[in-house]
Amino acid sequence: MNGRHSLAAAHVGVAVAAFAVASAMGVLQALSIADIPFPHRSESLYYLAVTAHGVLMALVFTTFFIMGLGYALSQESLGRITGRGLAWIAFVLGLVGSVAAAVTILRGQSSVLYTFYPPMQAHPLFYMGATLLIVASWIWGGVMIASYRSWRREHPGVPVPLSIHGMLATIILWYLATAGLAVEVLGMLIPWSLGLVTKIDPLLARSFFWWFGHPLVYFWLMPAYVLWYTVLPRVAGGKLFSDSLARMVFILFVLLSVPVGFHHQFADPGISSNWKLVHTVTTYAVLYPSFVTAFTIIASLEVAGRMKGARGLFDWIGRLPWGDPFFAAVALAMIAFTFGGFGGAINAAYAMNSMVHNTAWIMGHFHVTLGTTVALTFMGATYWLLPRMLGRELRLMTLARMQPYLWFAGIALFSISYHIAGLRGLPRRVYSASLTGEYGAAWHGLTRVAAAGSVILFLSALSYVAVVAATWIGGKRIPAPAFEFAVPLRPPTAPGVWDRFGLWTVLAMLLVAVAYGYPLLHLFAHTRYGSPPFQPF
Amino acid sequence: MNVELYERIWMWAAGGLLLLFLGAIFLTAGLQAVQPPSHIETVDPTALTTHPEFGTPAVKTRADGSVVVSVVAQMFSFSPDPIEVPANRPVTFRLTSADVIHGFEVVGTNANAMAIPGYVSQFTVTFKEPGEYLIGCNEYCGTMHHNMVGKLIVKKESP
Repeated sequence: MNGRHSLAAAHVGVAVAAFAVASAMGVLQALSIADIPFPHRSESLYYLAVTAHGVLMALVFTTFFIMGLGYALSQESLGRITGRGLAWIAFVLGLVGSVAAAVTILRGQSSVLYTFYPPMQAHPLFYMGATLLIVASWIWGGVMIASYRSWRREHPGVPVPLSIHGMLATIILWYLATAGLAVEVLGMLIPWSLGLVTKIDPLLARSFFWWFGHPLVYFWLMPAYVLWYTVLPRVAGGKLFSDSLARMVFILFVLLSVPVGFHHQFADPGISSNWKLVHTVTTYAVLYPSFVTAFTIIASLEVAGRMKGARGLFDWIGRLPWGDPFFAAVALAMIAFTFGGFGGAINAAYAMNSMVHNTAWIMGHFHVTLGTTVALTFMGATYWLLPRMLGRELRLMTLARMQPYLWFAGIALFSISYHIAGLRGLPRRVYSASLTGEYGAAWHGLTRVAAAGSVILFLSALSYVAVVAATWIGGKRIPAPAFEFAVPLRPPTAPGVWDRFGLWTVLAMLLVAVAYGYPLLHLFAHTRYGSPPFQPF
Repeated sequence: MNVELYERIWMWAAGGLLLLFLGAIFLTAGLQAVQPPSHIETVDPTALTTHPEFGTPAVKTRADGSVVVSVVAQMFSFSPDPIEVPANRPVTFRLTSADVIHGFEVVGTNANAMAIPGYVSQFTVTFKEPGEYLIGCNEYCGTMHHNMVGKLIVKKESP
C-alpha cells in the first residue's frame, strides 16, 4: 500500500465491505416484497434486512467513503493531513461503532430501520454504535479543518483548491446537521434506551431526526459534486467551465440544506402548515445549486468533446470516454439525477406530497438519488482512487467497464416500477406487496419487475466488490498515477466572497435557528405526554 | 463574478422555474386551502382507553351534517374497522396512535397522514366515488406491519 494514502484506503475498504453486506440485504427485500420465495424468507428477516440495508448503505458506506475521499483530497490538494494519529483513532472508533450497531441489527435486536423513530426502541448498543460513527466523522472534520488551516498559514492570499472548498463546505454542513441528531440521540434516545427516563416524545425526536436527515443527503451529494467538478472534466479530457460558480454552489448548500426538514414531515401533526410552507420554500431554493451544477458540468463535458475535435451540436457526446469506468459511472449517475431531482421537486410540493408520502414512490426516488447519483459516483470514484491510493493497476477491467451500465439498467427497472407502484398506493416497506395476502392486484406485476431490477443491481454490486477485492489483493504494482484535477477555463486569482466560510457559517446557523426555533418552541408550549418504549420485532 | 451569457440565461430560467413551482403551491395553499394535515393537539397515549373520544373511536355525524371519524391506530389494526362514511360530504378524520408511529393511507385518495402517539392528526377529505377503499399503514410499525390494513366504505348518499 502507498503509505501516504493508507488512511484513505482503510476508510474506502470499510465502505466497500459495508456496501457488500448491504447489497445482499437489498436484493432480499425486493424479492420478499414481490412474494418471490427464497429459503428462510420471514417477516423478521425482511424488517431486519431493511434496517441493515439502510444503516449500512446510508450511514456506514457513505460516511466511510466520504471520510476516505476527504483524506485523499487533503493529502493531494493540501499536501498534508494534520493530526494523522487522531484520524486513526477516529477510524477505529467509527469502525467499532459501526460493527456494534451492525451486530445488534443482525442479531434481530434493533429492527428499527435507519430512521429509528421512537417509541420503537432498539438495543442501547445500536444508538451508542451510531454515535461513535458520528463522533468519528466529527474528528475527521476537525482533522480536515486543521489541515486546511495549516495549509492556509503557508499560502496566504491564495484561493483554496476547489476540491477542498467543496469538502470544507460539506464539513460545515455536517456539523450543522449532526447537531440535531446529537440532541435526539444523546439527549433523548440513549437515556431512554438505558431506562434512565421512562418516556420520550416521538414527534420531537422525529423533528430532530429530520433536522439531520435531509442535510444528510447533501452530505452524500456534495462529495459527489466535488468529484463531478474537480475530477470528471479532467477524466473527460476537458476543463472546468466555471470555478467561481462551483464555489457558489457549495456555499448555497451550506446555507440552504439544513432548514428544510419539515418536507419529510408534511403528513405529521404538531407542526403548523405555515412552517411547513417555509421549509417548502427553502427546499425549492436548495434545488437551485443543482440546476447550476447541471449546466456547469455539461458545459465542461462539451468543452472536453470540442477539445477532441467535435463539431455540430451533439457530436461532443460521442467523443466522451464512455468506456472509462469512472466516466461512465459518473455520467450515468448524472442522468439518474435529472429524474431524481424532478422527483424530489414533486415530493417537496407541499400538499401534493399526500399522493406519494410513504408509498413505494419514495423507495423509487431515493434509489435514483442516493442509490445511483451518489452510490454510482462513489463506485466510479473507487475505480479512480484505487490505483492512485494503492499503486496497483485496476483488475477485471472488463467487469469494471460493464458495471456502471449494469447498475443503470437495474435501477431503471427498479425505480420506475416503484415510482408507479407508489402512485397506485403501495405502502412503503412491506414484507409482502399483497399485504395480508388479499391485495396488490394494482402493483404486483410492478414489484416483480422491481425484483428483477434488484437482481441486476446485486450482480452489478458483486462486480464492483470483485473488482475492488481483486485489485487490492492482486492488482499489478505500478507507480501510483497522479491525482489530476480539472483546470478551470478561468482559474481564480484571489479568494472571493464564496471563500468566506466564517460569514456563510454564521448565516447558515441563523437560518437554522429561524426555521426550527419557533416551531420547536411552539411545540414545547403544549402539554406533551411522552411514550413508553415498544419492541414489536 | 464573470458568468458566461448562456449560463446566465440558464440561471435565470432555473430561478424562474422554481418561482413557478412555488407560485403554484402558494396559490393553491392560499386560495383553495390546499394544505397538508397540520393540526396541533396532544393526547396522553397511555390513557387512550379511558379517553372520552378515543376510548370508543367511531364515526359521528355533527348537527350541521358534517362527519367526524375518530381513529385509533395500534399494532396491527385500525379501529373502527370498517369505517363507513357518506360520499360527497366533508369527512374529518381525527387520528392518533396507541403505541408506535403508524401511517394512515386511504389507497387511491389523497388521505394520507401520520399517526403519532401523543398527538392528534386531523384532516378533512371529501370522497366522491362510492366504493370500498383499502386503508394501509405506511409507516413501519413492527413485524406484522404489512398486515395492518383497514377498510373504508364510501356509501352513496341517500337522497
